[in-house]
Amino acid sequence: MDLPIFALLTQDGVTNGAVYALLALALVLVFTVTRVIFVPSGELVAYGTLTLAGLQLGKPPATIGLLVGMAVLAGVMEIVACIGKREMRQIPRQLAFWTGVPLALAGIAAWLATPELPFWAQILVTLALVTPLGPLLYRVAYQPLAEASVLVLLIVSVAVHFALTGLGLWFFGAEGSRTPPFAAASFDLSGVNVSLQSLLVVLTSLALIVAFYFFFGRTLYGKALRATALNRVGARLVGIAPNLAGSLTFGLAALLCAFAGVLIGPFTTVYYDSGFLVSLKGFVGAIIGGLVSYPLAAAGALLVGLLEAFASYWASAFKEVIVFTLIIPVLLWRSLTTHHHEEEE
Amino acid sequence: MQHRSLSTTLIAAVATFGFALSAHGQINVGVTLSATGPAASLGIPEKNTFELLPTTIGGQKVNWIVLDDGSDTTKAVTNTKKLISEDKVDVVVGSTITPNSLAMIDVVADAETPMISMAASARIVDPANPKTKWVFKTPQSDSLMADAIAVSMKANGVKTMGYIGFADGYGDGWLAEMRRSAQTAGIKIVGEEKYNRTDTSVTGQVLKLVAANPDAILIAAAGTPGATPQKELAARGYKGKIYQTHGVANPDFLRVVGKDGNGTILPIGPMLVFEQLPDSNPLKKSSADYIGKYEAKFGKDSRSTFGGHAWDSYLLLSAAIPEALKKAKPGTKEFRVALRDALENTKELVATHGVYTMSPTEHNGLDNRARTMIKIENGKWVLAK
Repeated sequence: MDLPIFALLTQDGVTNGAVYALLALALVLVFTVTRVIFVPSGELVAYGTLTLAGLQLGKPPATIGLLVGMAVLAGVMEIVACIGKREMRQIPRQLAFWTGVPLALAGIAAWLATPELPFWAQILVTLALVTPLGPLLYRVAYQPLAEASVLVLLIVSVAVHFALTGLGLWFFGAEGSRTPPFAAASFDLSGVNVSLQSLLVVLTSLALIVAFYFFFGRTLYGKALRATALNRVGARLVGIAPNLAGSLTFGLAALLCAFAGVLIGPFTTVYYDSGFLVSLKGFVGAIIGGLVSYPLAAAGALLVGLLEAFASYWASAFKEVIVFTLIIPVLLWRSLTTHHHEEEE
Repeated sequence: MQHRSLSTTLIAAVATFGFALSAHGQINVGVTLSATGPAASLGIPEKNTFELLPTTIGGQKVNWIVLDDGSDTTKAVTNTKKLISEDKVDVVVGSTITPNSLAMIDVVADAETPMISMAASARIVDPANPKTKWVFKTPQSDSLMADAIAVSMKANGVKTMGYIGFADGYGDGWLAEMRRSAQTAGIKIVGEEKYNRTDTSVTGQVLKLVAANPDAILIAAAGTPGATPQKELAARGYKGKIYQTHGVANPDFLRVVGKDGNGTILPIGPMLVFEQLPDSNPLKKSSADYIGKYEAKFGKDSRSTFGGHAWDSYLLLSAAIPEALKKAKPGTKEFRVALRDALENTKELVATHGVYTMSPTEHNGLDNRARTMIKIENGKWVLAK
């Protein structure tokens, strides 16, 4: 192996690692606030790429149908919930939030989806379509069971994952799509070819990670989420609505996933079911961070990306085996070094 | 709860009626295919094709029972058992992919029901033994196609080749066949790499292949995932010839690979480019008939070779069923035996992918007429000379 190959593999590993890092962050975020292992995150990644690819063709992407369906379902659930609690006056407000806003976004997206739409606007529309799926998923699938055990929530997650995969096949079809690169150029950095595209992916991921750091450190909502993550009951006592925290978290996680989807689109062909493997690799990264630490999760994801790149060079037939075997020593090390806290149920 | 029990009753009632209707004095053809899951891009055109089929063959009503196995081997076996024991089918068609088809052999052999597979591997029908006696298949075997690639490579002056393919049964089958064909043609394989359908990057594998600098590279993949290494090879400035397998021959592959696909060579069933075949080719007319019907219903340029495999199994049945009807009544063991014998006696049946001639030792029945080399030029399949 000579230097150019080493550099190219490193570049490939860091780029993929940056995308996995976004997934790892989303998983850690959702787990710490809601105790949900967000298995369907991968589907949102695939939806992100496929939505953008749909917009590229100048057609309203299929995601609009999904958004409308989920919004109507969430609206009906809210009405039933309000009637159950005898809070009829709440109905218009909840409907406006759960059905009105997503429907408005879907309408705007359908109206904007023309071949003339510039690329950056297509990305914004994609993010605006996929992000609301997060809170809607929380409302429809998780909120009714928010107090259940981690295991029950995991089972719900697996069910949501299968449902979303099936819906993905229904909406987007069996064949995959690619999106054009953001930047085709590349430049020489002391003899090593660096593609601008990879640089953009890494920078975008970094920017998102920094943005999240400030969101959690400086804003009221961010602090509220951190408080919920630390102590749900305590947070509730000081007036943080757990449902608000849940849907906000899912919204942020969906935003991260949609970003990940937009970023991997130019590198690979994405299928309706591609997301699972991507999220699984993000999950390995998140496990390295013990599902609680953001910087460790990001570092873990980067490690997964690098390991994958070099494994595919040396032993491509065993690549996945090598990547997923990483989880065993990490789990061993974690279980030997950390004290286990029994979760109060 | 009231509603739930009512709807359950309704579903049960409908199912019972459907079953009662299906089991009465007609030919039942059970189909299991992979319309969802990883092989969905192959299974969907097959499923579409079954929607085009007529409901009578040889004056007898035919009931097509189409089930989805989700590309899952266990599900394919369950489907087959269900079709045989509950729907009392006279013949099973399926499945889309090799692992599923291999697993179904034991079930159909035990039940003494003929089966027509739509999967590629030669192992499904070879070697002939008491079990595979019941099994036929329509697609070209990978060995037939690998030979075609080796011949084309030799004609193009290729001395060394690299291989990158799926890390699954499809890729492994191709690698084994290609090693054999390449050796016969005197071509040296200098690199063998594997990747997965859902990989986000194949940079590592491609870098290693390009470093070995072979004259040609064969990509063994099915559907759009075949574009991933090809685009990476283009990005790394690989200048040699690129070969693909017939697994990629659908319009979505052309869409995804874009201009990086130009010049790619692949072996294919002649139906895909039937317009470009000479009028003397017998496949031209039968392909035009099928593709005309398919594209009228599913849109222009929607054709895929996988649907052709489904159509060919129908053509085999439409020739064999009238023969079997002379000997026995549908729904009986005698009819299934007669149908199997009739399938085995198929001679010079002109279908879309090729001309089938079966025998006790040959249950695929295709020859060199079932393959042709094509090239991708500006997003179109062009017959290579």
